[in-house]
Amino acid sequence: MPSFELNGNTYETDEDGYLVNLDDWSEDVANYLADSEGLEMSESHWEVVNFLREYYEEYKIAPMIRILTKAIGKKLGKEKGNTKYLYDLYPGGPAKQACKVAGLPKPTGCV
Amino acid sequence: MADYTAPEVLDDIIVPSPEEGATAELKPNPAVAKFMEPLGFPPPLSADMEDWPANKEEWEKAGGGKALGLSKMGNLLEKYRSLKVYMDICVKCGSCTDKCHYYIGTQDPNNMPVKRADLMRSVYRRHFTVPGKVAPGLVGAEDFDKEMLDKWITYFHQCSQCRRCSVFCPYGIDTAEVTMAARELMDSIGVGHKYSAEIVGKVHVIGNNLGIPQPALEGTLQFLEEDILDETGHEVRLPLDEKDADVLFIAPSADFFSEPHIQSLIGYAKVFHQAGIRYTFSSYASEAANFGMFMGSYDQMKKISKRIADQARELNVKRIVVGECGHAWRVAYSFWNTLNGPFDFLDPRFPVPQHVCEFTNDLIMRGGLTLDKEANDEYTVTMHDSCNVARASRMGPNPGGQFDIPRALIKASCNKYVEMDPETTHEKTFCCGGGGGLLTDELMDLRIKGALPRVTALKQVMENDGVNYMALICAICKAQFSKILPMYGIPMDTVGGVHQLVSNAIKLGDKKGLV
Repeated sequence: MPSFELNGNTYETDEDGYLVNLDDWSEDVANYLADSEGLEMSESHWEVVNFLREYYEEYKIAPMIRILTKAIGKKLGKEKGNTKYLYDLYPGGPAKQACKVAGLPKPTGCV
Repeated sequence: MADYTAPEVLDDIIVPSPEEGATAELKPNPAVAKFMEPLGFPPPLSADMEDWPANKEEWEKAGGGKALGLSKMGNLLEKYRSLKVYMDICVKCGSCTDKCHYYIGTQDPNNMPVKRADLMRSVYRRHFTVPGKVAPGLVGAEDFDKEMLDKWITYFHQCSQCRRCSVFCPYGIDTAEVTMAARELMDSIGVGHKYSAEIVGKVHVIGNNLGIPQPALEGTLQFLEEDILDETGHEVRLPLDEKDADVLFIAPSADFFSEPHIQSLIGYAKVFHQAGIRYTFSSYASEAANFGMFMGSYDQMKKISKRIADQARELNVKRIVVGECGHAWRVAYSFWNTLNGPFDFLDPRFPVPQHVCEFTNDLIMRGGLTLDKEANDEYTVTMHDSCNVARASRMGPNPGGQFDIPRALIKASCNKYVEMDPETTHEKTFCCGGGGGLLTDELMDLRIKGALPRVTALKQVMENDGVNYMALICAICKAQFSKILPMYGIPMDTVGGVHQLVSNAIKLGDKKGLV
């Protein structure tokens, strides 16, 4: 099983670098995962991650992209509530790349 | 994120010269025991497969895998007479060699359909024919050893089961069926693909590929109802688990999650709204896709689709309509009746199953929808035929309906429509590059290269005719192109569903309740 080391701890991931144990997530881990994706976490990046984690906590699945864009639009202003803005933040795709940083499992299926 | 380079797009689709072993290293992620065992497949030799593929030596030494594999091959040859015929009748005419999108994109000769199928033929000859047993070297017979298994893992996961090669085979050899048999055999000895195995496991437990539980699905559909109300002022419903509805609607679960998929989902909802009939989604049968087909497993295919038949009975519906999903439609149209039939409890006046394009087209023909084509005036549209719809099924009462009906919908919804090169459409369509269970990140390089022929044909009409929208009727095509086109310098929103165009054009409120 692949893994990475951070602050003396070992974290297991799947082949694509997603955390295996969702409880392993912390802000430090998120920063590490973001860095491995070539991202620098800004406040806007955190808004996305926090929303994803809250939604997942309740529903055990990542939200539909449109729910995410609307939530971001509400928090950060309407001009940012669109898919393009999310892709600017997470060029690897809001579903896959942002889920990875948020410590959520990788979405599976025809996505 | 890994960096990928898309191949250069030339003016026309060029058949390249072969480059031995060009994509020999592109392999699928193996399925570990926790994904294999729930499906009834044996676990891999080493449970965590940490040392895979080094462990194949042990696999071979134990003899178990090989013996098991050959016995499974014997079963498959008996069960599927077609497979035995395909093993025997190829005359190496070469017609298929330049027809596969993966060969054109990768240049790896093992991606020539004949060479790919020969990976199985050589084993078949060695172990199931007299000349192969006596003088293997003379008849191209080869042992089912670890090198061979390695090639199987690689190249039977570089085939999207799209069947374009079969269209050109004078003997009608169905290479997709060979790939399916190879994958079924590999699963039976514990060599599975994580992507498909994990997904099928989720369908059995939760009901859909994404793993969306009932409360999340309910919340998502309610969110969309509010969204549509905000946008249009009309109360368009997306009901869930409603008994006694007229129609059970089965969408691919990606439609509940991704862009541009959602746009088509909204389109379906608007059409049902206008049709004035009661329809429902189901949380138990919340998936049209059927990855059992990609695994080549009849048993898995049957178990997955049984959820739909059971739910249709449970909810006491009269009809089943299937959304925009390529291989789902193949399974529904070509297999449902054998897998879970008869569907004699449904209303016999309607086709079982019915494609949503057929449903919408019927409504248009009867004057039940008002479409404002100008709503799509920003688009010049072309149509990409999905492989499984084009070559493995039909739609509506007439031959060729699977081509004509989606085009009729597009033309009813927009003013500007252009066809791509006819060598790349209809039954000769190219796969998007992500079908057949290959829409997974570890095969990204293959997906990019496999999209080359379609991208070439698309670029031609973009440059010559100003096309800026390629209409799709498959969730995999939508996900694949949204991801891959930007790597070729084409914006991701150049693709969308057929029902996305319908959704833009439909005038809500008029003529409601005709059906």
